[in-house]
Order: sequence, then structure tokens, then C-alpha cells
Amino acid sequence: MQQQVFSETLLESVRRRQRASKTFNYIFLTASSVAFITIIVIVGSLFYESLFFFNQVSVVEFLTGTEWTVLFVDKKFGIWPLMTATAITSAIALLVAVPSGLATAIYLSEYARPAIRRPVKSIIEMLAGIPTVVYGYFALYFISPNLLKQLIPGVGIHNALAVGLMIGVLIIPIVASLSEDALYAVPEDFRQAAYALGARKVDVVFRVVLPAALSGILASIILAFTRAMGETMIAAIAGGFRVIFSFDPREAMQTMTSFIAQVATGDAPHGTVEYQSIFAVGLVLFIITFVFNIIAIRVVKKWQIRY
Amino acid sequence: MTMLKELVRDSMELSGADKRVVVEAVNLAVRYGNRYAIKNINLQIERNRITAIIGPSGCGKSTLLRCINRMNDLIPEAKVEGRVLYRGVDIYSKEIDPVMVRTVIGMVFQRPNPFPMSIFDNVSFGLKVNGIKLSKTELMQKVRDALEKAALWDEVKDRLDAHAYSLSGGQQQRLCIARTLAVDPEVILLDEPTVSLDPISTAKIEQLLRNISSNYTIVIVTHNMQQAARVSDYTAVMMPDENMVGGLIEFGPTKEIFTHPRDKRTEDYISGRVG
Amino acid sequence: MADTVLGLGWQESRRVRWKKTLDKVAPILLSFGLFIGIATVASLLITVATTGGDRLSWTLITEYPHPNPANAGMRSAILGTIWTVGLSALICVPLGIAAALYLTAWSENKVIKRFIEINIANLAGIPSVVFGLVGLSLLTYGLGLGRSIIAGAFTLAVMTLPLVTVAAAEAVKTIPEALIHGAYSLGATKLQVTRYIILPRALPMMMTGAILAISRAIGEAAPILVISGLLFIRQDPSSIFDRFTVMPLQIYNWVSRPQVAFQELSSAAIIVLMLILLSMNSAAIALRYRYQRRLTL
Repeated sequence: MQQQVFSETLLESVRRRQRASKTFNYIFLTASSVAFITIIVIVGSLFYESLFFFNQVSVVEFLTGTEWTVLFVDKKFGIWPLMTATAITSAIALLVAVPSGLATAIYLSEYARPAIRRPVKSIIEMLAGIPTVVYGYFALYFISPNLLKQLIPGVGIHNALAVGLMIGVLIIPIVASLSEDALYAVPEDFRQAAYALGARKVDVVFRVVLPAALSGILASIILAFTRAMGETMIAAIAGGFRVIFSFDPREAMQTMTSFIAQVATGDAPHGTVEYQSIFAVGLVLFIITFVFNIIAIRVVKKWQIRY
Repeated sequence: MTMLKELVRDSMELSGADKRVVVEAVNLAVRYGNRYAIKNINLQIERNRITAIIGPSGCGKSTLLRCINRMNDLIPEAKVEGRVLYRGVDIYSKEIDPVMVRTVIGMVFQRPNPFPMSIFDNVSFGLKVNGIKLSKTELMQKVRDALEKAALWDEVKDRLDAHAYSLSGGQQQRLCIARTLAVDPEVILLDEPTVSLDPISTAKIEQLLRNISSNYTIVIVTHNMQQAARVSDYTAVMMPDENMVGGLIEFGPTKEIFTHPRDKRTEDYISGRVG
Repeated sequence: MADTVLGLGWQESRRVRWKKTLDKVAPILLSFGLFIGIATVASLLITVATTGGDRLSWTLITEYPHPNPANAGMRSAILGTIWTVGLSALICVPLGIAAALYLTAWSENKVIKRFIEINIANLAGIPSVVFGLVGLSLLTYGLGLGRSIIAGAFTLAVMTLPLVTVAAAEAVKTIPEALIHGAYSLGATKLQVTRYIILPRALPMMMTGAILAISRAIGEAAPILVISGLLFIRQDPSSIFDRFTVMPLQIYNWVSRPQVAFQELSSAAIIVLMLILLSMNSAAIALRYRYQRRLTL
């Protein structure tokens, strides 16, 4: 029936064009699946390599031990020193980034003139664009000797505090940008209603808008935290390679990422337990950041749906 | 494209369908999720006539129009139920590709939406996209033809390379009409085409529609009743029911609808008491 | 004023006055957040400029690394960056654009779309050093590509994929739906709408995103450190299977050495790196600006 209603030339043209279209559909779909495949590959590789490691090292010692001497003759495989170092540097980073980033976000979203919002946002993005080796350099050659040594007694050349501070500056844009989006997305009606009830601006901003944007802000903090945990170069340059189980940020301490950097810099041959240890550490790092990221994405999804 | 018209005439002979009806909606309904936008639409569009669809805002006129050239396919949440027959063939059946339908049923939108290209490229876009091979002179002739029918040729003949955005709103809309005409469709759908234009452009467009109506089947959605009365041969009246679902309440020759409406709601709408 | 008129007591008036002060002071306090970041970067730039400014010279760019800091240069690192990041861009940009097109204009299945989006978001959050580990395991040893440029390029490509995809998707989303519907209404297929309407209009913005992603990749040291290690490279790359180093790694190399001369050297290298990044970002912004102007025709 359709053959009689639509001309043959038209049908042929449509068939030909749709064939081309369908081909590209498959190409684009394949391209889109690269992300998924990559994640599978990452999980697979990390587990695969870690298997070799855990053939020689007990999982219990790994997860509960407090000494990590993998690069020494007498090898101990407790990951806690690395984890606490990572936790301390990341916590310090958050202490820097959250107040600064949130303050900037509130300022941009609620107080700044619309005209300066865009350029300031660009400047903030610039902060994230500075290579981490540069931050590491600055931490080692300026922050530690000039600032910290003068102000705080007992601070070494390498110390966790400098690392934490620089990572903090690095992740300010994450907190600022995502929080600002969250605040900006709060419907104007909320503010208008509060003003109409006689509230002053500080009340509106801190008692109405901020709580409404809380889940978005929380998500930004979680993402900033995982970024801090994954930061390698700043820790490698300014944190030192000394493995200690300590909570004192004035000490030099090696984080999980810094350990991976150290082994990579050296000549651990393929197949040795030193080589394999970086995969075990990498696996732990991956699992922690992955879990946190999923939580953050869930939180963002909830926030986006609300409006 | 001339082949198409001949084949179409043949099919009309063969199918024995009412030769005057080009497009027919049979129990047509559209829903978004569980909410129906329009329901129980039964409508017959006569060949080479101008049919207007009128009704208050939000009653589903545009939704109905978009069913005819399967533009609702582009909205993933919209589900179409029922049938739309073009020359007796259900265009929603599985063997029919919407691309085919849109080549023979064209559309002009509410706001002029010319492509960011030259005037010439805009008009020839449909021809390029449909893979119609033409020589340079043939192409030029088709473009000129379309622009003349759209009452735009005289104003742009010296600057076909100019960017489409340099035209005024009324000219842009006529450009959109021209590019629709260039592929020589059988049916032209217009969704409130003059609502964003000034009175002079509106008059120009209404005039050109009357001029071309003897060769094209035209369906025009409008909320301007005077426009419907001026321009159309037939009028379909749509109204939302208590559940805000749009339905077709009356259909007939324009003169009758406006002088002796049969449904009270039509009378209320036309006399301005409602909507 | 209103408080006295409305008969509010003296206590109320004090609270209102306190809030009024807060209102004035808040923006100033809040902008201190910006201050911390900007002050840090400013002092960073000044430090780098003062310690490294004198060491800047053409030999820095044309010479190979050398144990003697006076003779050392970053030639191999610069070339290594060009080869590695260039190759990764060739892989990543088409992939990212294709994925973005699928997510915005092609996919009709909401479930698949959401799934892909979640995966891209997850990929974006994975620490860069983990990418290096996987590259080392899978590409270098698993596929036998060696600690080579191509292994580094694939790793960087996959790392920057989310950035490029998101930027490209944003670019497509700015295209007015009216144009796309107009093209469909004339009988165009999805491919034709993509080719004639979407790509021409979105491409400048996509390129801006690509440039920004590339600048991010240029600054990445951790994954390359894992894949390539720290090397003394004293020749130009001649094939994608060569061993290599990149600029941020060369900087890391020099920063790790205690001698003052190396500190100056690393500062100078940082200046070079930052200048390159600055010009790339400026190019991206200039592109975006020129594109914005074209739209308002």
C-alpha cells in the first residue's frame, strides 16, 4: 500500500539515508560505552593485580596493621599509616576549602552583581587549572619554610600541614562552583516569600537559601574530599616519603598516593611484591573514592529532582 | 517530485477512497504518561482546501497538528493512539518512516525558525536533505519558484546570499514558508504562523496562502478567529473538556461554523463569551 | 525608623540594628573566601617569577636534561608532552563528541542515557593516579605496549573523556530546539540534522571544551609518572612506542633535587608550563567570545 502512496525515488532516498543514520547510531553508542567499559577495566585490573599481592600478603595484616615497610628488607604490610596520612591531609584540605569555597559561593550567588559573577567564576576555574606539581613546588619552597616554620614550632621541611593547605586551595573551585550552582538553583520564590515575611537579607540567605541548597553543597564537599584523597603530586613533593603512623600534621608523612608515586619513581621490577603493592593501595584508594562519589552523585540527583 | 503526484493520483483511483480527503484522523489521541492531551479526534482534511483549527489556548490544537507529520515523535513522553491516514495509509504503521511523511507533509512553526545560513541555502535545504539531484539552473529555478509563491522573491532576489537573520520577522516567516514549499509537499501545516508578526506581514501571509491553496492542502492552527474566518474553507473547533482534555466539538464549512454553529460551546467561543 | 513607629520595644530595635550591620558586613566577610584562593595564587606566581625569571632562556627549551643544572633544558619533556597529549586528544575528542551527540540528540532510551551519564560522572571522579595504575597494568604490560607514548596517550585520553563529553553535551544543548525541529520537518534524518544543523553550530563550543580538557591533560603528572617513571630522556621522540617524559614530570624531577640551582630551574620550567597553559586557555576563551558574537547576528 505504501508503495503506491510514496514514490519509489522517495522510498529509496529514505532507505539510503536511514541506513547511514543507523550506522552512525551504532558508532555513537559504542563511543558512549567507552566510559562503562573503562570502569569495568579499572576494577578488573586493580583486582587482578591485587590478587598477586594478596597471594603473598595476608588481607588481615593489610587491613589492620599499623606498619608499612614495603620498601625495606623487613617487610610489614599494614596500610593504616598511609590511610591516616591521606585522611589528615584531606581533612586539612577540607578545613581550608569548605569555608572559603562556601563563602565564595554564597557571595557570588546572593550578593555579587550579576555582571561580575561570570568573570569571577572564570577566575575560580583558573585555580583548578594550575598543575598540581606547581602547587607542590609552592608548598615545599614557600609555605613550609617561610610560613609554617615561622609560625609553628616543630614543623619539618616536609609536613602534612603544607600538603593539606595546598590541596585545600586546589579544591576550593570544586566546593565553590558546585555550591554556587546549588544556591543559584534555589527558586526565587523561596527568597521572595521570606522577604515578604519581613526577614532581613542575612536571614534569607542563611536560614532559607542555604538550608534549601544543603544537599548540593554536601555533594560538592564530598566530591572535593575524594579529589583531595586522590591528589598525588602535592603529597609526593611536599609530604615526604617517610611512613609513620601519626596524627600530627607537623610531621612528614607518606599518603597512599605518595607511596604509589615513590614506587613508580623507583625501579621496582614488574612482578615483585613492591610493584604489586601499589595496586593493592590503589585498589583501596579506588574503592574509597568510588563509594564516596556514588554517594555524592545520589545526593546531587536528589537535589536536582526537588526543583 | 512530479512522479509523486502522478503516483498519488493512481493510488487514489485504486484505493477507491474518497478522493477529496487527503488526511484523516481516526480516533486520534495523544497522552503524556497517563494524562491525555487530546482524545477522540476524528477529522477529515479535504484536498486543496484550507482547513483551520481553532480553539482556546491549551486545548491541544498544536498537539493535533504535530500528529499529522509525526513531529510528536520527537517528544519522547508523547504517546500517540489511533490512526492518521494519509491517502488511506496509516502513517503511524510500522513500515512507514516518519522521514517519508515529512517530505510530503510540511510544517511552518509559530516563531520563524530559519536556519543560520543564507536565504538561498535555507530554501534549498529541504532539497539537499532529500537527496534530490538537480543542476544549478534547476535548483535556482526551484528556489525562485518557492520564494515567489511565498511572496518573498521581489524583496530578496538581489541578496540570496544574505544571511537569513538579516530579514525582518515577517520576511523570515515567509522564508520558512518558501523552504517548506521548495520540497513540493502535498500538505502544508501551519502552527499559528502569524501570531508573532505585525498586521502587514500577517496580511501578506494570509494572502499568499489563499493564492497557493488551489495547489496545496493547507491546515492552519490559529487562535485568531477573524483569521480563520478570513482565510479558511473549513473550520474545526477544539475545546477542552472538564478534565482539560482537548476534543473536537465541531467541524464544517467556515461560513456555517461562524454564522450557524451547531454546538453551544462553539457559539460561546466565537462570540467571545468563553476562551 | 519603622520599628519605633510600629511601637516595637528598645530590645527589638537592637536586634534589628545588629542584623542591619550583619547585612552590610556579610558580603565583605564572604568575599574573603575568594581572597584566600587569589592571594595564594598571586604569591605562588610571584615566587615562581622571582626565582625562575632569571633562568629563562632559549636553552631551557632547546636543551635536554643534564646533571649539571646550568646546562639542562626541557626539550624532551616539551616534545613528549606534544606527542602524548596530542595523541590523546586525537583519541579522546572524537570519542567525547560522539558520546555527547548520542546522549543529547540520538539516544531515545532514557534508561541507557541515565546509565551512560552515571558512568561518565563516576569516571570523572576517579583519582588520576589510578588511571596510571590501570594503564601500567593493562596497556604497558598486558598489551605489551611498553612504558611508551601510546600507553600514556590512551591513559590520558580515557582520563579526559568525561570533560570533553560534558563540554560537548553542553554545546549541543545550547542549540535552539526550533532549529532542530525545523530541519526534521523538512524530512531530514537524524544524521542529517546532526551534520547540517547540530555540528556546525556546536563545534566551536566543543572545541573550547576540548582545549580546556587538553590543558588539563598537559598539567597531569601522576598517571604519567606511574606509566613512564622518572627518566632522563636525551633524545627526541621518533615513534609512539618510545619512552618519554612530560613537562610536569620534568618539573617534579627538578623540584625533588635539593640544590638551589635546581630550584631555579624548576621555577623557570614552571613559567614555561604556565605560559603554555595560559595561551591555551586564552585561545579557548577567545574562541568562545568570537563564537558568541556570531550568534547575535
